[in-house]
Amino acid sequence: MPSLKALKNRITSVKSTRKITKAMQMVAAAKLRRAQEAAEAARPYAGRMNAVMAGLAVSVGGSDSAPRLLAGTGNDKVHLLVVLTSERGLCGGFNSTIVRLARQRANELIAAGKTVKILTVGKKGREQLKRDFADRFVGHVDLGAVRRLGYDDAQGIARDVLARFDQGEFDVATLFYNRFHSVISQVPTARQVIPASFEGGQGASTLYDYEPSEEGILADLLPRGVATQIFTALLENGASEQGARMSAMDNATRNAGDMINRLTIQYNRSRQAAITKELIEIISGAEAL
Amino acid sequence: MADMMQFDLVTPERRLASLQVREARIPGSEGELTAMPGHAPLITSLRPGVLAVLTAEGETDYVVTGGFAEVNASGVTVLAEIAHPTSEVTQEMIDGMVAEAQRLHRDAHPGVVDATAKLLADMVALGSRIGLDPKLS
Repeated sequence: MPSLKALKNRITSVKSTRKITKAMQMVAAAKLRRAQEAAEAARPYAGRMNAVMAGLAVSVGGSDSAPRLLAGTGNDKVHLLVVLTSERGLCGGFNSTIVRLARQRANELIAAGKTVKILTVGKKGREQLKRDFADRFVGHVDLGAVRRLGYDDAQGIARDVLARFDQGEFDVATLFYNRFHSVISQVPTARQVIPASFEGGQGASTLYDYEPSEEGILADLLPRGVATQIFTALLENGASEQGARMSAMDNATRNAGDMINRLTIQYNRSRQAAITKELIEIISGAEAL
Repeated sequence: MADMMQFDLVTPERRLASLQVREARIPGSEGELTAMPGHAPLITSLRPGVLAVLTAEGETDYVVTGGFAEVNASGVTVLAEIAHPTSEVTQEMIDGMVAEAQRLHRDAHPGVVDATAKLLADMVALGSRIGLDPKLS
């Protein structure tokens, strides 16, 4: 049985923990709203971009002159996994779910005899993947200093990935990130960006004139498309991170509350027990006289 | 005949403009073009330049670089990597863009050196056009 003093200290310490988690939850809620707005604002661009490229890809895709970013290198030996995670912890299973998906994919590819290269964005993913795949790392992008995620950041990553592709370092690139579904649910997602793949690509419904040629525009757009997809993934990830942190901190606050209640009951019981014990001592002392 | 059409200017980060316009002058990679309501469907890539739209109230200019424009029956959509209202563009921004273009030109692969020279020239022309003084270093 811990002493009264120890219990009291314990309660105070849990109370201050609860204050911190509560504050973190509120900060995450505010950041989540901002992140969601940013993701919302980026949607029209990504949507339009995707639609136009999908249309172009259908009409150009079959020809021999199709750009390599669309048609691929003709191989799928070397895979680049771009793993997007957060810079900060205390966000529940957010990073672990992405890393688990990436690790599973990496193991599958290795088992199938492919070469796997890993590029990480965000400190947390690097720490977790380093344990198993340290020799397969080709790079790391640190976004720790970035306060507000901008398109420039995505462009930087895209430039790095595209330069590696141009030098023939890999054949297939896949992005790993958490898609924001709701505050309590984020879906770890793998998305292939090189060679480009489009969802719902049916031929352009209107017949367009193209200036310059279809191939010219496509060659111009594909690198931008990669940057756009990375940007979208970063934004989704940002919103997911805050959502995950918010629910993790909400749970932590509730657990701290429960713990305080339990400790308070225990404290009161032992105080009562101490009083009873003293009374018994006094009474039995008086009776002995 | 409808004399107005929908015009959207979208960047990766936000929707900069969405309004009804009479005409839009687009700096296409093959030359300037003016889109008015009923223009034939067209997709063109952009070169750095000034995008001007004529609304009922008057003319609004935007500086755009990189991206493409789509013209169809419902209106004009411009997707630009960087877009700012001309009035918000400062000397520093132009200097930054020119410096970036110069760097690309200097480091360019021989195969794309013409393209980067064109980009640089476009940047300088863009700066002069909006009354700033782009410096070549």
